[in-house]
Amino acid sequence: MTDKIIEVSNLSKQFKEVKAVNNLSLNVFRGDVFGFLGPNGAGKSTTIRMLLSLISPTEGDIKIFGKPLKAKRNDILRKIGAIVEKPDFYGYLSAFKNLEILGKLSGTNTSKNKIMETLELVGLEKRFKSKVKTYSHGMKQRLGIAQALLHDPDLIILDEPTTGLDPQGMKEIRELILYLSKEKNKTIFLSSHILYEVELVANRMIILNKGTTQVEGYVEDLLNANELKVTFRVGDKEKALKLINENYWIKKLESQIEDRFVFNLAPEEISVLNKYFVQNDIPVNAVVPMRSLEEYFLKLTDKEA
Amino acid sequence: MIKIINIELYKIFKKWRTYIGFIAIAVLVPIIQVAMLIEGEQSLDFMTRNLQQSFIFVGNLLNGYLISYLILNALTIHIPFLVALVAGDLLAGEATAGTYRLLITRPVSRFKLVTSKFFAGIIYTNLLVLWLAILSLGLGIIIFSVGELIVIKTSTVIIFARGDVFWRFILAYGFAALSMSVVASLAFLFSALVENAIGPIVSTMAVIIVFVIISAIEINIFEAIQPYLFTSYMASWRLFFDDPIDFAEIAKSCLILAGHVLFFFGLAAYIFKRKDILT
Repeated sequence: MTDKIIEVSNLSKQFKEVKAVNNLSLNVFRGDVFGFLGPNGAGKSTTIRMLLSLISPTEGDIKIFGKPLKAKRNDILRKIGAIVEKPDFYGYLSAFKNLEILGKLSGTNTSKNKIMETLELVGLEKRFKSKVKTYSHGMKQRLGIAQALLHDPDLIILDEPTTGLDPQGMKEIRELILYLSKEKNKTIFLSSHILYEVELVANRMIILNKGTTQVEGYVEDLLNANELKVTFRVGDKEKALKLINENYWIKKLESQIEDRFVFNLAPEEISVLNKYFVQNDIPVNAVVPMRSLEEYFLKLTDKEA
Repeated sequence: MIKIINIELYKIFKKWRTYIGFIAIAVLVPIIQVAMLIEGEQSLDFMTRNLQQSFIFVGNLLNGYLISYLILNALTIHIPFLVALVAGDLLAGEATAGTYRLLITRPVSRFKLVTSKFFAGIIYTNLLVLWLAILSLGLGIIIFSVGELIVIKTSTVIIFARGDVFWRFILAYGFAALSMSVVASLAFLFSALVENAIGPIVSTMAVIIVFVIISAIEINIFEAIQPYLFTSYMASWRLFFDDPIDFAEIAKSCLILAGHVLFFFGLAAYIFKRKDILT
């Protein structure tokens, strides 16, 4: 059994004049929570559609579980659960019936117990008889997750799974992702443009923009490899400004508003600058790092814009 | 495959639009029957007025068979709409609802999916024709009883003995089911092409109406193309009410119609298999 769950090589998709995905290569390993990041229109959903054989690639190869997708489509799809974009269901059927139908098509156990167990996992057990057209967007999103988990897949592909959910719902989905990864050993491919969400759950990630890979690697490495935006709130702003203007730190200063000095710093420079202020009798009231993937992501995508 | 056909049939019969056809027939047929009950004698008298100068008609000519025969004549234009209403929705409806994504990410080949949907559509179509047969023939016989069937053609009048009619209707309805299957296949093909269910319904009806008009007008240009229009063969059920029956002509019509069913389905399956699902 291979440890590479998804292996994408030189994947491209051309829609008339638009190249939605351009020469994309990526690897997802067993047990990964793989963040697939990019702004809207980056090519994330197109890639996911190719992974699920909803659309055919113009060029490139996809292997999932070590098998070529084109030749072994059904074997592969049997072990994948997915949500692709917004969760649409047969609105004229109940949630239970939707899951029963989808379960039967997946060739899985569709006993009442199994379906109810899955609905309980996403908190929809009390509304199992209601027609899906009466569901809110958030409830449909939960049902989308339920249908992805029903047949106990090894690989779960989630395309923007928290879209339309309230903060509590978003938190629950994040917890569910971590539970599936840590407790159930599932491999998760998580597409999102909410970077904070990925930062909290993913161990590896790729950032996609305009159909091409910007960066790929471990989330932690990518974060540490870059400067952080750090705000220092100081007690004596005139003295601080004079001091900064006279030395190396002026190169690191990005902006200043009142007592807030924003620097671009390497992680190890934060404590050095703090010490420098203190040694020069400038009180430091607060140090606020903005070390987030979002900052990093925006930097990358802005460069392209 | 049977499991998927069952699922598709379940979905079809859980939709309100599916029952429009059955309800329309359930309303239309009794209306015609009641109208014939009230004014049938006068209509029959009008139809046979010229013949009454040469023949004396005896027996029960206004009967369930005659009513059913008249209703079958309405089949060509009206029933196709009811068929297209469901068949045109089979694939495009999934696109409109966004459920293609759920369906196609299952471990079932696209060919199996499209074939199952097609069979489900054909089963619906046949049930609709069966419903028409039950109501027009069954209810007609209950209301008007059985009798001899008078069939007036351009140059001949045929009166079938009451014992010689029922089997003709069975075959005629069987043929009608095949004709309507062509309509269902055409709507299904259009359904594979687009992502909105209205398009296939309207397109199918447009094709049927244009073809029927061309098939009916007897001018040289149209007569030259009539053999190539499937609608020219859809009315061949009338051949079962000839004496003797031209079985060779019926067989030819059946083959042509069945060929259309296969062609439309084959093309739909080819398109669906290669289709990028973007909805």
